[in-house]
Amino acid sequence: MQSLILTTTTRLMAALLLMFSVYALLRGHNLPGGGFIGGLIGATAFILYTIATSVSEARAALRMDPSNLAMLGVGVAALGGMGAGFAGEPFFTGQWLFLFQDGDSYVPLSTVLVFDIGVYMAVFGGILTLVFALEQEI
Amino acid sequence: MGGPAGWVSIAFPAILFLYFLGLMPQVALAPVLGGIDWVPSLGIRLAVLLDGLSMTFALLITGIGLAVTLYSARYLGDHPDYPRFVCYLLMFMVGMLGLVLSDDLIMLFVFWEVTTISSYLLIGFNADSAKSRRSALQALLVTGTGGLAMLGGMIILGNVAGTFQLSQILTMGDEIRAHPWYMAILLLVLAGTFTKSAQVPFHFWLPNAMAAPTPVSAYLHSATMVKAGVFLMARMNPTLGGTDAWFWILTLFGGVTAVFASVMAMRQTDIKQVLAYTTLMALGTLTMFIGAGTHYAIMAAMTFLVVHSLYKAALFLMIGIVDHATGTREAGVLGGLSKAMPLTGLAAALAAISMAGIPPMVGFIGKEFMYKAGLGLEGFGAFWVTMMAFAASVLMFAVGGIVALKPFRGDLRPTPHAPHEGPWPMLAGPLVLGALSLIFGLVPGVLGHYLVGPATHAVFGEVRPVELYLWGGINMALILSLLTFLAGWLVYRRHEAIRARLAAIEARSRVDFDAGWDRLLDGFKAFAAWLTGLIQTGSLQRYMAVTFATFVVLVGGTYILKGAFQAGLSLSTDGVHPVQWAVLGLIATGAILTVWTHSRMTAVAAMGVVGIGVALIFIMFSAPDVAITQLLVEVLVVVLVSLAMLRLPYLPRRSKMVFRTGHAVIAGGMGLVTTFLTISVLASDFDRRLTTYFEATSYPEAFGRNIVNVILVDFRALDTFGEITVVAIAAIAAFALLRGAPPRRKHEEES
Amino acid sequence: MELLLAITLGILVSTSVYLMLDRNVLRFLFGLVLLSNAVNLLIFAGGRLTAGAPPLIAPGEYAPTGVVANALPQALVLTAIVIGFGLLAFTLALVYRTFMTLGTVNSDEMRIAEPMDDKDPGTGKPGPGRADPQHPATGQEAGL
Repeated sequence: MQSLILTTTTRLMAALLLMFSVYALLRGHNLPGGGFIGGLIGATAFILYTIATSVSEARAALRMDPSNLAMLGVGVAALGGMGAGFAGEPFFTGQWLFLFQDGDSYVPLSTVLVFDIGVYMAVFGGILTLVFALEQEI
Repeated sequence: MGGPAGWVSIAFPAILFLYFLGLMPQVALAPVLGGIDWVPSLGIRLAVLLDGLSMTFALLITGIGLAVTLYSARYLGDHPDYPRFVCYLLMFMVGMLGLVLSDDLIMLFVFWEVTTISSYLLIGFNADSAKSRRSALQALLVTGTGGLAMLGGMIILGNVAGTFQLSQILTMGDEIRAHPWYMAILLLVLAGTFTKSAQVPFHFWLPNAMAAPTPVSAYLHSATMVKAGVFLMARMNPTLGGTDAWFWILTLFGGVTAVFASVMAMRQTDIKQVLAYTTLMALGTLTMFIGAGTHYAIMAAMTFLVVHSLYKAALFLMIGIVDHATGTREAGVLGGLSKAMPLTGLAAALAAISMAGIPPMVGFIGKEFMYKAGLGLEGFGAFWVTMMAFAASVLMFAVGGIVALKPFRGDLRPTPHAPHEGPWPMLAGPLVLGALSLIFGLVPGVLGHYLVGPATHAVFGEVRPVELYLWGGINMALILSLLTFLAGWLVYRRHEAIRARLAAIEARSRVDFDAGWDRLLDGFKAFAAWLTGLIQTGSLQRYMAVTFATFVVLVGGTYILKGAFQAGLSLSTDGVHPVQWAVLGLIATGAILTVWTHSRMTAVAAMGVVGIGVALIFIMFSAPDVAITQLLVEVLVVVLVSLAMLRLPYLPRRSKMVFRTGHAVIAGGMGLVTTFLTISVLASDFDRRLTTYFEATSYPEAFGRNIVNVILVDFRALDTFGEITVVAIAAIAAFALLRGAPPRRKHEEES
Repeated sequence: MELLLAITLGILVSTSVYLMLDRNVLRFLFGLVLLSNAVNLLIFAGGRLTAGAPPLIAPGEYAPTGVVANALPQALVLTAIVIGFGLLAFTLALVYRTFMTLGTVNSDEMRIAEPMDDKDPGTGKPGPGRADPQHPATGQEAGL
C-alpha cells in the first residue's frame, strides 16, 4: 500500500501523536492521561507509521528493539518503586521533590513519575513487539 | 584430587568440624540457643538449638563428612561430573546440619526435605543406569511420603503446643502426651521417621539405595541421613516418649527390623549389600532402645549411635577400596587380600572388631550397655528387647567376620584386577575411624563426658550422671556378651550353609517388598491415568461447557437459595436518556451480530462496535481515562485481528453453522445469572470507604489531582507493576510464538 | 439505566459464552473479546454510575467538591483493559501459530499431545497421552 499522501501526512501525524503521547504521560497525574494512555497513543503513532511505510522502516525509526523497550520499562518501573527504599520507606511509596519553588509554581519531580514512565515504556514496547511480529510474519 | 571442587569439598567439613569441636566444652555444660525471625506472621523462626544430641550429630556429620569428601576426591575425582557430585554432597551436608541444629519444627522439616532431595540426586548420580534411577526415585517417594505425613504431625504438634519452637515444645511433654491429638501426632511423626530410617516394612529402599557411589552409601545410608529418623525420635523423646504406645511401637518395629535385617545380611553375597542390611539392623536397634526410654536405654542408644557411625562408615569406605582395587565385592570371590592390602585390612579389622563387640573396642561398650539397658526393663519388654539385641549382636559378630575377616585371610584368590593398596586419601578415613573405635574403647570417659553424656541428657530430658567404662565386673551383661561371641563364632563357621538355606527360603517366599512397591506404584499410575482420562478429555469445547455450567449452577443456585432477587425490584427504566438507549442498543446489536454473521470482517466490525459502545458508556459516566484507553485498545484490537485474518481461514458458511441448543442453554443461563446479579448488586447499598479514602488523600498525600492515575501509580503501584510485567511478558511470548512459526503445512503432507 | 445496563450485560455475556463454546477457535477468540468487554463493564458498573463528574480534583482544591465518580473501579478497569488486550494478542498469536502448524482452527482436531485414539499406529503401543501401567518396559525406561 504505497500512497504518497498517506506517507507524507503520516510522517507529520506520527510525530504529532508521539508528542501528544508524551504530553498525555506527563499531565496524567492531574488530568486524564498517564502511562497507560500515553503508551497506547505512542504505539498507535508507530502503528500508523508502519502501515504507511513498512515494518523495517518503523523499526529503524524506533532505533531500539521494542521487546527490549518493554522489559526496560518494567525495569524502570521497578527502579521507581525502589526509590522509596533510599528514604527508608516501604517499596513503592512515592517520593517527591519540588524544584524551583516560587509561590504556587514549581517543577515537581517524583518517583511516581519515574514509575509512570516505566508503565509508558512497557505498554508502548509491548504493543509494538506484538504488532511488528504480526506484521512481519503475516 | 578433583581440582578446586575437591579442595572446597574437603575444606568445608574440615572447618565446620573444628568449629563444632571448639564449641564442645560449652555445649557439654548447657545447650546453646540462637536464631533469627523468618516468617514472623506464622511464628516461624530460623532458630538454632545446639545441645548434646545436636552436637553429637554435628560432629558425626562433619567428621565423617570430612573422611568421605577426602575419600571421594580420589574415588570420583576423575569423574567428569565430579563438581556436580560435590554440589550434591555439600547440599546434603548443609541439609543434615540444618536438620540437627533446628530449633523450629518447620525449619527442621525444610532441612529434612533438603536431605531427601539431595539423597535422591546422589543415589541417582549414575543417571544413565536405569537401576540407579529407579532406586533414587524409590528412595525419594518412600521418604518423601513419610516426610509429608511428618509435616502433618508437626503442624498438629505446633498447634497443640502453641509454638513451633522445639526447645519450648520439649518442656511441654506432659501436656502434649495428655492431649487427645497425641496419637495422631505420634503416628504421623513416626511415619516420617520410620520411612527415613528404613524400618520394616519401609526398609526396601535402603538396600536399593546402594546403587549410589560407595562414599555416598558410607555417608548418607549408614552414618548420617538414615539416622535423621533416629535423631528425630530421640529429639521428640521428651515430648512424645514415655507412653505405652511409644514404647511398644518403637520396640516392636525396631526389634523386628533389627533381627530381620541381620538375617537378610547373612543372605547377601555382595559385601556392600551385607553392610546395607547391617545398617538396617543398627537403625532397628537404635529405634528399639529409644523406644525403651529408660536412662540406660537412651545412654546405650547414644553410645551405639556413635559406635555404629564410626565402624560402619569405615567398613563402607573399606569395601569401596577393595572394589576399586579388585573389581569385585562378592564375598565368595575375595580372599587373602591382607598381603596385597595390609592397611585396608587393618582398617577393616579395627572396624569389624568394633562391630563384633569385642573388647577393648568401643563396640564392646555399646553392646554391654544395650544388654544392661534391656535387662533393666520390666516385664515382657525386658525379654523382648534383650532377646532382639542378643540375636542382632550374634549375627553382627558373624557378619563382622564375613566382611572383614574372610576377604583378607587365607590364600589370595583370583579377582578381575590384581589387588593393590589404596591411595592415602582413601585410606585415611577408614584408618582414622577405626583408630577412633579403639581409642574411645580405651578411654571411654572422654566419649561419655563430651558426647554421650550431653546427648543422653538432651534425649532423656533430665540430667543424670553418665559414665562409660570398659570393665564393669562380672555380671549378666558380660555373660550375655560371652554367649554372643560363642554363638556368633558358630554362625560364622557355618555361614555359607546358612546363606544357602536362606536363599532357598527366599526363593520360595511370596513376600517381596520390592515387587510390592512396583505393584503399588503401577496401581497408582493406573489410577492417575484413569482419573486423567475422566477429567482431561482434551476437548476445549467440553472444558468451556463444564466451566460455564458450573458457574451457572453454583452462582445461580446460591442466588436463588439466598433470595437475592428482592433487592432488585426497585429498579426501573424511568428517566433513561434516548442517547443511553441508543448506546445500549448499539452494544446489544453488535454482540448479536458477532454471533450471527459468517463473515469474518463483519464479525470484527461488530466487535469494534461493541467496544466503542462500551467506551461511550465510560464517557457518559465520567470515566475519561478509561474511555480513552478503551478507544485506543479497541483500535488496536481491530488492527491486530484484521492483520491476522489475512492468513487465517474463513468462518464456515452459514449452511454449515449449526445452532446448538445445549450451548444456547448454557449461554442463556450465563446471561441470566449476569443480569440478575448485576441488578442485585446495583440495587444494594454501596460501601464507599475505600473511594472516600482515595479522594481525601489523593492530593494532600500523593500530590495528584487525577485520582484514577494516583491510584494506578501510587496507591496501588505494586498491582500496576505486576500488570505491566504481564503485558510485557505476553507481548514477548506472542512474539516468540510468531517468530518461530513454520510455513504452513497440512496434515496430509506429514504422512 | 441500571436495569437496562444489566440486561445489556446479560446479552453481551450470553453471546460471548455462546461464541466461546464453538469449536472454531476464531469464534472462540471473538467470544473472548466480547467477554472482556462485558466483565470490564460489569466491574465499572459495580462501582455505581455517576454522570458528569469525573474523579478529578479542581485546581486550588484539596479534595473533590461534591460527589464525583468512583475512581477505584475505574483504575481497576483501566489496567484490566490493557491486560485484556495483552491476553487477546497472545491468544491471537497462539491461534495463528496453531493454524500455521496444524492447518486447522477446529479445537477438536488439535490433538497432537493427546491423540484421540490413544494408539500409536506404528507400534500398537499406547500413545504418549496415556501412561500404560500394564507395560513394564515403560516404567523401567522412565526410571520409575
